[in-house]
Amino acid sequence: MLAYTIRRILLVIPTLLAVAVLVFFVLRVVPGDIVEIKLAAEGGIISAEEIQKEKERLGLDDPIMVQFYKYMIGLPRGDLGISLWTENNVSEEIMSRIGLSFELAILSTILAVLIAFPLGTISALYRGSILDYVIRIITIGGIAVPSFWFGMLLIMLILATFGNLPPLGTISIFDDPKTNLYQMIWPALSVGYRYSSVVARMLRSSILEVLSEDYIRTARAKGVFERIVIVKHGMRNALLPTVTVIGLEFAFLLGGLVVTESVFNLNGIGKLFVDSVVRNDLNLLQGLVLTVATGFVLVNLIIDLLYAALDPRIRYQK
Amino acid sequence: MSQPPLLDVRNLQVEFKLKNGTVRAVDNVSFQVNRGEFLSIVGESGCGKSVTALSIMKLLPKRVAEIKADYVKFDGQDITNLSENEMRKIRGRRMSMIFQEPMTSLNPVLTIGDQLTEPLITHLEMSEEEANNRAIELLNMVGIPEPEKRLTQYPHQFSGGMRQRVMIAIGLACEPDLIIADEPTTALDVTIQAQILELLKDICNRLGVAIIMITHNLGVVAAYADKVNVMYAARIVEKGGASEIFGKPSHPYTIGLLRSVPRMDKKRGGRLATIEGLPPNLMAPPSGCRFKPRCPMAADTCDSSPELKERSKGKNHFTACFYSDEANKKGASIYVSDKDKFKPIKVKKDKPVLSVRGLKQHFGVSFRSGWLSSVSGTVKAVDDISFDVYPGETVGLVGESGCGKTSVGRAILHLNLPTGGELKFNEKELNQKSVALVRQDMQVIFQDPFSSLNPRMTIGQILEEPLKVHKIETDEVARLKRVSELLTKVGLYPYMRDRYPHELSGGQRQRVGIARALCMEPKIIICDEPVSALDVSVQAQIINLLEDLQRELGIAYLFIAHDLAVVKHISHKVIVMYLGKVMEIGDSDTIYGEPKHPYTKALLDAAPIPDPNIERGREKIILKGELPSPLNPPKGCVFSSRCNFVTEDCRKASPELVDFDNNHLAACINIEGGK
Repeated sequence: MLAYTIRRILLVIPTLLAVAVLVFFVLRVVPGDIVEIKLAAEGGIISAEEIQKEKERLGLDDPIMVQFYKYMIGLPRGDLGISLWTENNVSEEIMSRIGLSFELAILSTILAVLIAFPLGTISALYRGSILDYVIRIITIGGIAVPSFWFGMLLIMLILATFGNLPPLGTISIFDDPKTNLYQMIWPALSVGYRYSSVVARMLRSSILEVLSEDYIRTARAKGVFERIVIVKHGMRNALLPTVTVIGLEFAFLLGGLVVTESVFNLNGIGKLFVDSVVRNDLNLLQGLVLTVATGFVLVNLIIDLLYAALDPRIRYQK
Repeated sequence: MSQPPLLDVRNLQVEFKLKNGTVRAVDNVSFQVNRGEFLSIVGESGCGKSVTALSIMKLLPKRVAEIKADYVKFDGQDITNLSENEMRKIRGRRMSMIFQEPMTSLNPVLTIGDQLTEPLITHLEMSEEEANNRAIELLNMVGIPEPEKRLTQYPHQFSGGMRQRVMIAIGLACEPDLIIADEPTTALDVTIQAQILELLKDICNRLGVAIIMITHNLGVVAAYADKVNVMYAARIVEKGGASEIFGKPSHPYTIGLLRSVPRMDKKRGGRLATIEGLPPNLMAPPSGCRFKPRCPMAADTCDSSPELKERSKGKNHFTACFYSDEANKKGASIYVSDKDKFKPIKVKKDKPVLSVRGLKQHFGVSFRSGWLSSVSGTVKAVDDISFDVYPGETVGLVGESGCGKTSVGRAILHLNLPTGGELKFNEKELNQKSVALVRQDMQVIFQDPFSSLNPRMTIGQILEEPLKVHKIETDEVARLKRVSELLTKVGLYPYMRDRYPHELSGGQRQRVGIARALCMEPKIIICDEPVSALDVSVQAQIINLLEDLQRELGIAYLFIAHDLAVVKHISHKVIVMYLGKVMEIGDSDTIYGEPKHPYTKALLDAAPIPDPNIERGREKIILKGELPSPLNPPKGCVFSSRCNFVTEDCRKASPELVDFDNNHLAACINIEGGK
């Protein structure tokens, strides 16, 4: 297990390096020029000289390999350069937003797992019963209904029940956990419904598949208690595909939820993403992509390690 | 014999409620098993033998299966109406079960120790330490070396044979009174099968455990069973002592079953007796005797159902047939007609159609072995093999799985590029380029009739395709005619052109596979385990078909198989392989009659003969251990690690093939009389 873990962790380094290089060059191919957009936004007549001057100031007129060199040099120190638009430090800008997205992702995952596990298991064990049908309707609804629309319904529900909305503006969980949670639970629920539906359906089908395996019959033939047959022999095998789905969904949430964030007026990664694309803010955009990609890679690492912990065949892989 | 039987089943009936109807998979089955007795239930797939076993253990899915019985008494107690929890207390404690698939019957994510101690902790309430000690004892008993270390390992670290040993250990853990073994050795090689069966029989004899063994292998039954139940289409058609069933079979089905298996102890020649047709669909079984549509003795009387009747008082031999006396008297002759008697074809040995010299197929492999290091090596799947195949000849290639027999076939067809040696087809050299020119003349039939036909193409399209591709028949009408001819030739009907593969049975699909190979009018067909996925009665039909086609068209076969009796029946010449090398090669009758090489002898000993008198009388050499890793084969003679006659010299150099007489060659330095 140790050897596997170390090997798997070491593999992260070349993966991230490849992502960094790819992000840099792919974004340079995108047409459009931030300086022109920026100056145009300020109004007035722009001369070619002014544009040139601005480019020089931002370092955009350097040869591409020089820009690449500066970018790569900065990476190990966590220096992602400055935003070409606001001229704030990119790392700081991202750090100020990522916390919220991260919290949202974690909260939704917790909610999703709490909802999905009982639903998926019950649905599988009582296959064909009315309970199963009800659960399957609920979960197919979760997949069919867009999260933001469900979010709007939630807002109306809060208004109708409490008469007011949670306070606007970001309140850190470390300063005021109660208010923060009250703020965050709603968007988490709106995302978590879909999330839990995907997981519950996955869990249901993998439990059903596992329960028809030969080793389950063996366990029953041994006279083991049915409870143990399901939990010890069944669940652990059924968890394998489910863990993958949970991980992928989690990584997806890290990338920000543009619409849900605007419905609940949250300052997450999603909004920053849209802004940076619209403004052609290359530095910010590449910082964001790199951050999200790192999140993906790390989550995948965790999934792989979990997999190895659950399944010895992977641990001893040749 | 005043003691009541251990298991007494009366009128057991199992129905499956399916979407499109009800299937009665077991129909009024009654039998008894005494303490320490070995009962065998035989029959072809779908006859209800496994369902019988599972219903006794009550392991069928309750959603679809309905079990009814007058009673099922286990040790005097009727278990038909026991609650799930009471039944659970019996399962694993007093009766346990060993399943067919050792590869999938153990939980891949739990250690062997965990799975082995589970019944001990559940039923005998042992502490973990006691259970562990008992588990070590059990693993020792079933012959697994280093049990302490093995307990902490997972199933994927065990070979198939070893896993089946673990399953036996689990079954025996609580010292039950009855073990039900459902095809326990079907997935294993003959040498391993012999080890496992000997072990099971030996332990159960010692502990006085009764065994119900479900199998389709009549040889296994002959070797071990005290009593036999023969099942056909959900019913028992004949039951009795093993010597009665094998010696005086009196149901036409039993007779047919016994006659359709090729036998190693008989001289070659003649067709196999076959039971025509297929077992009935249990969704709508024929009324009256279910065997009637396939029975050569069927008469009007058979429209009503025959009862199981005792043949003569006190003999405990029951048959469900109106004409059992007649069947008993006539025996196999009810199946054999004049056209079935023929002499094997004489092969003219002037120009070989295929000539193989020093064929080598080495695979480079590399894998991780821990911390970032990796190991690489070479697997010599085929190592220096030479033989000739003449027109109209069948050459059999036998050996345990992993011996390289399939690789030989693939290398000849250039499906894998051979890494050395010389191949000649009709005296022209075969290489990567020239193989395309002779592809038409070299065809192949695969093992699995289910996955080797494209499910989205009709039979007609499948057979037409090669005719189109090779531009043999460009006219569409002529092509259709050709396809119909081919179907007729392999014993199917032209109207089956429009069917899809899933609409055909396994045997019919294999016939399509043969038709597909035939449509190119090949000179040689490589048959890779063509009958091993089929039931015995269907297997006999396919073997007869292959032989008829050979007589008619003069095709040569390279027949790759693990079933020694089948290979003996069909082959003129036999090659015995072990770890990529030829151990022995010679005429079929010579190899089987006077085997020289210790490996050939052991293989022949391991394969049971369906006759209890011969089977129980003969002395057997049972090979120990399993096939060594091909990555790291033993030094010198590759067989030295398992050979019972090994000497110091064997480990020094790889033995050459020595000619004994009349093209009978063997590679062993310890045989007298080599030239």
